[in-house]
Amino acid sequence: MALLDRTARGLLLGELMAGMAVTLRYFFRPKATINYPYEKGPISPRFKGEHALRRYPSGEERCIACKLCEAICPAQAITIEAEPRADGSRRATRYDIDMTKCIYCDLCEEACPVDAIVQGPNFEFATETREELMYDKEKLLSNGDRWEAEISRRLELDEPYR
Amino acid sequence: MNFLFHTIAGGIILAFLKALALLVPLLIGVAYLTYAERKVLAAMQLRKGPNVVGTFGLLQPFADAIKLLMKETIIPAGANRLLFILAPILTFGLAILAWAVIPVNNGWANANINVGILYLFAISSLGVYGVIIAGWASNSKYAFLGALRSAAQMVSYEVAMGFVIVSVLLCAGSLNLNDIVLAQRNVWFFIPLFPMFVVFFISALAETNRSPFDLPEGESEIVAGFMVEYSSMPYALFFMGEYASMFLMSALMTILFLGGWLSPLPFAPFTWLPGPLWFLIKILLCLFVFLWVRATFPRYRYDQLMRLGWKVFLPLSLGWLVLTAGVLIATGWLPHVS
Repeated sequence: MALLDRTARGLLLGELMAGMAVTLRYFFRPKATINYPYEKGPISPRFKGEHALRRYPSGEERCIACKLCEAICPAQAITIEAEPRADGSRRATRYDIDMTKCIYCDLCEEACPVDAIVQGPNFEFATETREELMYDKEKLLSNGDRWEAEISRRLELDEPYR
Repeated sequence: MNFLFHTIAGGIILAFLKALALLVPLLIGVAYLTYAERKVLAAMQLRKGPNVVGTFGLLQPFADAIKLLMKETIIPAGANRLLFILAPILTFGLAILAWAVIPVNNGWANANINVGILYLFAISSLGVYGVIIAGWASNSKYAFLGALRSAAQMVSYEVAMGFVIVSVLLCAGSLNLNDIVLAQRNVWFFIPLFPMFVVFFISALAETNRSPFDLPEGESEIVAGFMVEYSSMPYALFFMGEYASMFLMSALMTILFLGGWLSPLPFAPFTWLPGPLWFLIKILLCLFVFLWVRATFPRYRYDQLMRLGWKVFLPLSLGWLVLTAGVLIATGWLPHVS
């Protein structure tokens, strides 16, 4: 009897038709695709994108070359050299991030005592050569200037959860 | 006009023009079938499909064609050059050749021969040679395995398909495709022969190597099957051959079961549309189901495929053939052809 039942079900193609009904329903559903270069998905305030070095509102750079980020970086992507400046304050003379080594873990941002190094919302920084991905201090500071508005807004939004 | 209809040279030119009138729309149809396939598959997977090249991506087939034309034709070192080149030509040529007998409207066939259905069956059986030659000439194990699978698959499903066609012929009383369609003026054959219609459709999927029977080119197992070693235009020919034979199988299904160019009901609002348009609509409907099936089902395992062909479809179609013949004789509905 079970055999007969199974055979009858098989011959009547019930399950196949049910499957096709599912795909037909999906055929008319709104599409999930985001038309990427023209539309973009939402990004969390915690998004770990391209690095940036921030400045104080006065224009003074935040980084004090404490090297905590260099120490914590698991990929050893950060290289810092420091010297006292003419006014006696300690500043980095060299702040390099090798973006090809970076694993985007955000530990540098966590380690930073002055909120200088941050990972911003930008993820579209692909380049055509490897050399362009060796970021120096100048590039990082200019990133900071370019994204400051969004970075500070995101830091503010994320503040309650830290 | 006189020149065309009354001289030999004119006759040749006329035949050429008639062939062209069928082939040009067919090739454009093939190009847009690839586009339709991508769109339908995308929609069923909640994607958008090609939408960048031209409005709604409508120029995508041409972009693909140009890409394939620009590429280099690579012939593997160990391949048999002659056969390697011949195989795609054969596959594509045969897929096109079969269209000679397809009637698009009453009497609108390039060759209205009395053994039309036999011709079609012979041509579609020859298609397996293109695949086998390609697999053998490539001198690659994936290609060879794909070709072996394909040969076995096509041969097994042709048997069941043959019986299905015979049961249609019994009802129609003719081998002429035009007469087969005209025999459906009262009722389309898919109603009395519904199980055979389903068997024919599934066999057509297997015959054209379409999913879920795309074992000869099972991507996850043997890369691209018999097409692995092909690139550029030869590859495009295989591709177009596959889609042209999808068109052909849909046309055949339309002629055998869905009443060809006949309108669904023989009165006013339906008869306004001309016959070829009805023919096209029915073909497109069949093609949509081809794509729909592809979006729905996973690939068959090889032994399941063989089991389905030999142990389910063959007895089923044979049984239904006997039943059809019995009913036709018992009720005296058997068509008498003088």
